[in-house]
Amino acid sequence: MQFFLEVLIGGLLAGMLYALVALGFVLIFKASGVFNFAQGAMVFFAALTFVGLTERLPQWFGFSPEWAGLFWIALLLTAAIMVLFAWLVERFMLRKLVNQPAITLFMATIGLTYLIEGVAQGMWGAMVRGLDLGISDEPVMWLLERHNLMISKFDLVAAAVAGVLVAVLAFFFQYTKVGRALRAVADDHQAALSVGIPLQRIWVIVWAVAGFVAIVAGLVWGSRNGVQFALTFTALKALPVLILGGLTSVPGAIVGGLIIGASEKLAEVYLGPYVGGGIDSWFPYVLALVFLLIRPEGLFGEKHIDRV
Amino acid sequence: MNAEAGRAAVGEPYLVVNNVEVIYDHVILVLKGVSLEVPRGGVVALLGANGAGKSTTLKAISNLLRAERGEVTKGSVSFKGERVDALSPNELVRRGVIQVMEGRHCFEHLTIEENLLTGAYTRKLSRAQLAQALERVYHYFPRLKERRKSQAGYTSGGEQQMCAIGRALMAAPEMILLDEPSMGLAPQVVEEIFEIVHELNAKENVSFLLAEQNTMVALRYANFGYILENGRVVMEGEARELRENEDVKEFYLGLSSQGRKSFREVKHYRRRKRWLS
Repeated sequence: MQFFLEVLIGGLLAGMLYALVALGFVLIFKASGVFNFAQGAMVFFAALTFVGLTERLPQWFGFSPEWAGLFWIALLLTAAIMVLFAWLVERFMLRKLVNQPAITLFMATIGLTYLIEGVAQGMWGAMVRGLDLGISDEPVMWLLERHNLMISKFDLVAAAVAGVLVAVLAFFFQYTKVGRALRAVADDHQAALSVGIPLQRIWVIVWAVAGFVAIVAGLVWGSRNGVQFALTFTALKALPVLILGGLTSVPGAIVGGLIIGASEKLAEVYLGPYVGGGIDSWFPYVLALVFLLIRPEGLFGEKHIDRV
Repeated sequence: MNAEAGRAAVGEPYLVVNNVEVIYDHVILVLKGVSLEVPRGGVVALLGANGAGKSTTLKAISNLLRAERGEVTKGSVSFKGERVDALSPNELVRRGVIQVMEGRHCFEHLTIEENLLTGAYTRKLSRAQLAQALERVYHYFPRLKERRKSQAGYTSGGEQQMCAIGRALMAAPEMILLDEPSMGLAPQVVEEIFEIVHELNAKENVSFLLAEQNTMVALRYANFGYILENGRVVMEGEARELRENEDVKEFYLGLSSQGRKSFREVKHYRRRKRWLS
């Protein structure tokens, strides 16, 4: 039982990290009806930019790399760069493609992926870097003593951050004027234009928010596995999460993430031995496939409304 | 009604469309020089068959054309004496001109009330003012109040049309460009919607430019009408005159002194008529 709980909780916490990446997809899909293939690249770009800044800033301005303010300055600058990025995407990509079929936009985001990957490595170099957020990856002591559970402190913090982010975003979408406008744009570009919602500004906002989510995901994943090109593949981990949770639901991304995280760890531990292990790398996709057959819009996704 | 329109027409120019030419995708010439005027407080009908250019004219005014790869290549549009052809739809809504698109275009995953709230995007309203604006819409469309919590996609066609008009009202417009409000609706519902248009016009002094295929109803509620054919205005006049006009009766209402004519004949006659005009 002890062991089962440990695996389950570890899986759930890992699931929160998947959810974090999935969230970026959901945001952009909700607001512009585009499946943003570049989300993974954005995570990579954000993490690399952050690490690059923490390396270069002390050199440029001559202060100690140990200074505590460095983290926040680098974070702020990275956020600013993501806003600039969002603006560029709107100006040079989305604006030209208004009212085009979704597949056209999707193709454009594939192109964008290569561009981001290239620019990121061109700017900061391609070597693998470590990233230390100052949160140790060790068991939480009181849980270990009281309940004899080994739960990583790092995982807990990351999950808490993801949780807060989701709560804020869900509130933003549901109850604010801009959030409502975002959902309106997702439903119908033209109608949104006709009531005076400035599409262009909305897109910049949503890509910027997706950029912020990418920063958080990039930092968490980066400090776990190192900041490297493989970060772009975290996006692939988000796919089954999206299918489970539904492409249009912020809470869906979280629940989907939790289910995927927990089930892949449990499957690995309990089913793995029978098939020679290593099933956590493909189990989520099988789960997603089964789900697609049963409930294609996902757990919380918006049903396609057809009037008959 | 007519006296009112006549008086307004004498005053300063309100919405003036002057010789507008529209080209889609750089090659397709859709409007070949359309000119029309809407006086303050007027209800003007834009009539014509499918593909005559009614919707395009409205979109040329509201500037939704650009999102469809259309472009105004000649002519001008002005509102209250100021050129508005270069404004974004957002800016135009702020100035008081809003379009209700053909086919309703509600945000189907938003509830009716959320739909209405998006209409107030361009206005800076306090919570109380917003509630008041909602109440005003519900006053004209009591049916929307009953359905306020339903997703718009699940409501009936008539309710969606009301939702679309109500949403536009939330922007506190002076002038509504109403595109084909009767499309796909039962006659009683069409009547209901036109009654509300009339009420809005009479009580709130909202001006309307409405594109309609349903010539009969449109001419009953409008005080002036333009008839569009193949991207040109081929006839204009007071609504009552148009209603009495023998040609209009024959071409658009399908009535004639010798009973109904066959479609082929009408079409032929119409073509000849255009060469003459």
